[in-house]
Amino acid sequence: MSEPLLEIRDLKTHFATDNGIVRAVDGVDITIRRGETVGVVGESGCGKTVTAMSVLKLIAMPPGRIVDGQILWQGRDLIPLEADELDDIRAKDIAMVFQEPMTSLNPVYTIGEQIAEGLRRHEKLSRRAALERTVEMLRLVQIANAEKRVHDYPHQFSGGMRQRVMIAMALSCSPKLLIADEPTTALDVTIQAQILELLADMKARFGMAVMLITHAMGVVAETAQRVVVMYAGRVIEEAPVDELFANPRHPYTQGLIRSIPHIDRAATTKKRLEAIPGVVPRLIDPAPGCRFAPRCRFAMPACRLATPALRDVGGGHKVACILETGGLPQ
Amino acid sequence: MGQYLLKRLLIAIPSILGISVILFTVLALAPGDPFEELATNPNVPAEVREMLRQKFGLDDPVAIRYFRWLAAMAQGDFGFSFASRIDVGDLIMQRLPTTLIIIGLAQLIALAIALPVGVYAATRPYSIFDQIASTFAFVGFSLPPFFTGLLLILVFSIQFDWLPFVYRADIEATGWRWFWEHVRQAIMPVSVLALFLAASLTRYVRSSVLDVIRLDYVTTARAKGLGERVVITKHVVRNALIPVVTLVFLQLPALFGGAIVTEQIFRIPGIGSLLISSILANDTPVVMAVTFVSAILVVLFNLIADILYGWLDPRISYG
Repeated sequence: MSEPLLEIRDLKTHFATDNGIVRAVDGVDITIRRGETVGVVGESGCGKTVTAMSVLKLIAMPPGRIVDGQILWQGRDLIPLEADELDDIRAKDIAMVFQEPMTSLNPVYTIGEQIAEGLRRHEKLSRRAALERTVEMLRLVQIANAEKRVHDYPHQFSGGMRQRVMIAMALSCSPKLLIADEPTTALDVTIQAQILELLADMKARFGMAVMLITHAMGVVAETAQRVVVMYAGRVIEEAPVDELFANPRHPYTQGLIRSIPHIDRAATTKKRLEAIPGVVPRLIDPAPGCRFAPRCRFAMPACRLATPALRDVGGGHKVACILETGGLPQ
Repeated sequence: MGQYLLKRLLIAIPSILGISVILFTVLALAPGDPFEELATNPNVPAEVREMLRQKFGLDDPVAIRYFRWLAAMAQGDFGFSFASRIDVGDLIMQRLPTTLIIIGLAQLIALAIALPVGVYAATRPYSIFDQIASTFAFVGFSLPPFFTGLLLILVFSIQFDWLPFVYRADIEATGWRWFWEHVRQAIMPVSVLALFLAASLTRYVRSSVLDVIRLDYVTTARAKGLGERVVITKHVVRNALIPVVTLVFLQLPALFGGAIVTEQIFRIPGIGSLLISSILANDTPVVMAVTFVSAILVVLFNLIADILYGWLDPRISYG
């Protein structure tokens, strides 16, 4: 296995609100190696986006605060870095694609200007050279008539096209890691497939590692090599993608996989699609113990005593569940 | 763009005509007579007054008087002031520069204060700086110019005797001394107006920047590693200024009205005091001219605001 590129260790990002401190991310460990695609899955509000935003310190501080943990980028902790040191890493080493292509581009500048400004900042290109590179990037993400469209404003593009622009922008400085935060959620289904295909193409061409955040298990199955499942601000299971789908160990992961609709099965068996009962718990002063316990069908009294740690069960498969230790708190 | 401009100007003509009809009718219906003071003067026989009224056509029906006024107006003739005995056009040209300088300076100073303060406060919401700025803005906004004006006069003219409190258009000096005297007498009225304008503008700039700073594209800009200064000036302020510019231009004509009070306090011989004195003297041609010019300014600045809006925001297209 190649060396880790990004190592998130015991990250805790909390938000101060009027009702108390929201523990949006509460002890997350994620490792991403050079060139691999890691899928981060979980329901809305489980802390996926906050984890991603914390890596480049893009959360609003205040009210957000990285309380604890380390974010090691090639062995160097990003959390204590000064703003200008972090700016050298943003886009150059770690780039991001966001969830909402409709609002992620500045309406008053042409897309060319917005892609070129990153190039001029990091690659020290001249205005002209940056424009040429920009046109080249737009061609790569399959925007027709790139040399004309580079002078168009965001409102002249559709949602899918804007997401292509965002991908071109993110990849323009050849980052080593691309964090894609639900890049297809806001798009039409047909466009979603195109964008995922484009991301796969770009990965084949640039060879960067990808942290793909999504709540769609299907997307993960197709694109990721390794999957991290998050629940209520914590990682509850992590495994290679085939292993996770073949042998999910955590009751939450099992529920997630069972809730994927299968068009072939539905037609023959007429069975109702299974859902996980209940909702993600509130993250203000969470009760001690496993956070999934209130929704878990295997919950036992011991679950509510201590938060189970993420344990390796062999073959790179890690689970945070009391069942793995024979019902005893670890 | 040229076509749009032409269309807007053509639309402006009927609205300006409508305004002029209303203004003229209201003034004609208003009680009072420009030759009132002649009536109380025993040396002027009643026949002379009648002759004057006939000479100026004051006894004709309103409609005829209106069209006479309109025909003269179309040729650039604003009429004749009964009180000052000179052409209204000349009278306005005598008074306008002073008002323009006072208002223009006040607006520039207000912008120079409000923009940096509002932006800086918004980038650090609820910080000490923000709270001090907000408090000052609130105080400045709450104190009317007639109060701050009198306060400044009391302190700087009466107490310390540093600044003159009567504005004089005819300063008998030349060169630097002339310039210095003008600056000295402009300090207080300009500060009073600028303070009031800066207060409301600061609040507006701050809230506009706060609205923009949380948007997704600002996060995108930060993710590019541009540095906070570039992110704020290039991506945030540029967008936040769109509504601010519109507001400033829409407010400019209203400023002329707001300046009336300040001009009265400091005895500035500007448009505002001309309006007041001509109303008191029943000098209808002057009142009509000044209000009509302000109406044209409102229409004109609305047009400028619309054009600037489209220039600042590429999403707006002119069709």
